[in-house]
Amino acid sequence: MMKFEINDCHKKTIKEICESFGNKRSELINILHRTQEHFGYLPESVQLEIALNLNMPLAKIYGVVSFYSFFTMTPKGKYPISVCLGTACYVRGAEKIVEALEKELKIKVGQVTEDGKFSLDCLRCIGACGLAPVMMIGEKVHGRLEPEMIADILKEYE
Amino acid sequence: METVKLTIDNKHIEVPKGTTILQAAKQAGINIPTLCYMNLPHLDQEHKPGSCRVCVVEIPGRRTLVPACATKCTEGMEVLSHSLRAINARRTVVELLLSDHPKDCLVCPSSGNCELQKLSITMGIREINSVENAAISTYRKDASPSLLRNMDKCVMCRSCETVCNEIQTVGALSAVNRGFMAVVAPAFEQDLTDSPCTFCGQCVAVCPTGALTAVDNTFHVIRALADPTKYVVVQTAPAVRAALGEEFGYQPGTLVTGKMVAALRALGFNKVFDTDFAADLTIMEEGTELLDRITRHLNGDKSVHLPILTSCCPAWVNFFETNYPDMLDVPSTARSPQQMFGSIAKTHMANKLGVKRENMVVVSVMPCLAKKYECQREEFKVDGNPDVDYAITTRELAHLIKIGNIDFKSLKDEDYDRPMGESTGASVIFGVTGGVIEAAIRTAYEVFTGKKLEKVEFHELRGMEGIRTATINFDGTDIHIGIAHTLGNARKLLDGIRKGMYNFHAIEIMACPGGCIGGGGQPLHRGTDIVLKARMEAIYKEDFNKPIRKSHENPEIIKLYEEFLGKPLSEKSHKLLHTHYFSHPKQ
Repeated sequence: MMKFEINDCHKKTIKEICESFGNKRSELINILHRTQEHFGYLPESVQLEIALNLNMPLAKIYGVVSFYSFFTMTPKGKYPISVCLGTACYVRGAEKIVEALEKELKIKVGQVTEDGKFSLDCLRCIGACGLAPVMMIGEKVHGRLEPEMIADILKEYE
Repeated sequence: METVKLTIDNKHIEVPKGTTILQAAKQAGINIPTLCYMNLPHLDQEHKPGSCRVCVVEIPGRRTLVPACATKCTEGMEVLSHSLRAINARRTVVELLLSDHPKDCLVCPSSGNCELQKLSITMGIREINSVENAAISTYRKDASPSLLRNMDKCVMCRSCETVCNEIQTVGALSAVNRGFMAVVAPAFEQDLTDSPCTFCGQCVAVCPTGALTAVDNTFHVIRALADPTKYVVVQTAPAVRAALGEEFGYQPGTLVTGKMVAALRALGFNKVFDTDFAADLTIMEEGTELLDRITRHLNGDKSVHLPILTSCCPAWVNFFETNYPDMLDVPSTARSPQQMFGSIAKTHMANKLGVKRENMVVVSVMPCLAKKYECQREEFKVDGNPDVDYAITTRELAHLIKIGNIDFKSLKDEDYDRPMGESTGASVIFGVTGGVIEAAIRTAYEVFTGKKLEKVEFHELRGMEGIRTATINFDGTDIHIGIAHTLGNARKLLDGIRKGMYNFHAIEIMACPGGCIGGGGQPLHRGTDIVLKARMEAIYKEDFNKPIRKSHENPEIIKLYEEFLGKPLSEKSHKLLHTHYFSHPKQ
């Protein structure tokens, strides 16, 4: 994976985000949310820049990033895939769907394909239990999945 | 003052409003066990995350048990600390902690000093009801030159995190990840060596288990002592003599200097010398540097940097190299006493003794973990051979004495070998906050004014306050002094200097609470300031009892300059006794 090279423009963006929250340490989670929204993920150099702006230890920032599963340090693909592992999807074979995706994309959960096109993650219940098992690709929901369908669905995103 | 009345275990007590159940119980002579709780009153720090639930007590009528450390007393409250429900819950909590904890107590470095072990003994736990052969969570070990991080033994009390962030403001440690994966680690779980860690060791001093421990060099020393080709020289730091006794059952504050020297000789060291000698040497160099800078400043030389900062404390050196790389020319260039000792021992002393450098082993006994790192720094080596080979802590020395089958209490007092065992009262007080600067003032005053000091004690420089200031009159010239102990207080002073807020001439900084007497290598006291105060009194007593109390009057130091060094800040001094600093900005 390419190391994220932070430039002055990125630094300016981070500075603005921190300032919009008054550079307050107590606003760290909001600042991280906004920053992740902008960059798609929170690489090391971005966390360091936040630490410098808020004048707080980098270890503390990493502590928060590593605690909340919403925050990620790996970039998302152009088409982020989220497979539901909630109860309904799980009993209807969501694990098989994950396996099929891992095999097809040649990555593990939490990783991104080499070309940066797809990333694979799991989540809990998206409220579409009637369609179980389901996955989301970007904003689109794919339901009633069978492992054999995976290859064809991915082709839609060429 | 508003008070509340309550009962704890049917004892009626009255406490100020706002008192926690834990504090109230203590006043009533009831010891509710704790694990994650840490109280450092002298640092104004009460750490009560309420996460371990070991201190839970029952309040009849309440649905749930409450943590005593984080629950305030209320009027008419009835507390039961040892009801069946409370005892069962406490046992379960400890059993659950043990279910995800290695069971290698017999060989754990913290065995005998472990709060979790003590709890298990107190609770009388005889088996751990975990799933048979269930794996416990594991995490890679992290070894630095000074301290070891074994997160398998972490109970997530986060005391280390509080000390590292709130008291030291180093910010190397934070709780990261969650659930079974949760550990205390530097950013991105990098090694301590790559983090802003200064190796001050205060996290080790507060860790209740074996999660954070000191690197152990005991067996390196034993091997060196057993090697007939090696000439092994030992030096003992000032603060060690005021604390070593605690490891052998003496009251805190008992001076054991004579017994310590006897024990070291019995262990087989060829020469038992004193770091105090090198502390006197430090005063000669650092004091002269101070006077030189002040004199030039008074004469209007604008290139002079004031204040001058002391540089004896290696954790402090690491701290400013990491956090203040723009101010590297402010601290004194004088090496620490440990390193001055090693440098003189392996040059002048080795020559006098007819021992080759490579055959001499210099061991230092230090109250400090950062000293282990300091003696490994490249600039303190000659062709790869370090000036100081091994730094061991006060705790390691106690262990060494026990391995040596020495009955410490029955030892007769002995005196240090000469010449490097000769020292003054000024050097002894290096072990406490304010001591280095007081020692420097005793010499600087006499050199600057040409007059004899009537009274060598400067009480205005002493005490336990985190930041202290004083003005000393040098026969008409006011010298402004600043003193800070703990790195958090050092940061406050440094930030002030950067902003140009102060007009100090000299500042002394020690990284540990109370100075070296509170070092991370001292007998563990879990934050009791009574112990620190007792050690401090012992140090001042040793100073008071010394026949010579000013560094420049140490006859062996005078001789060393005559025979070898010439004068302070000479070319030879610069080469052997001074150093330079490196910019290491780390996050």
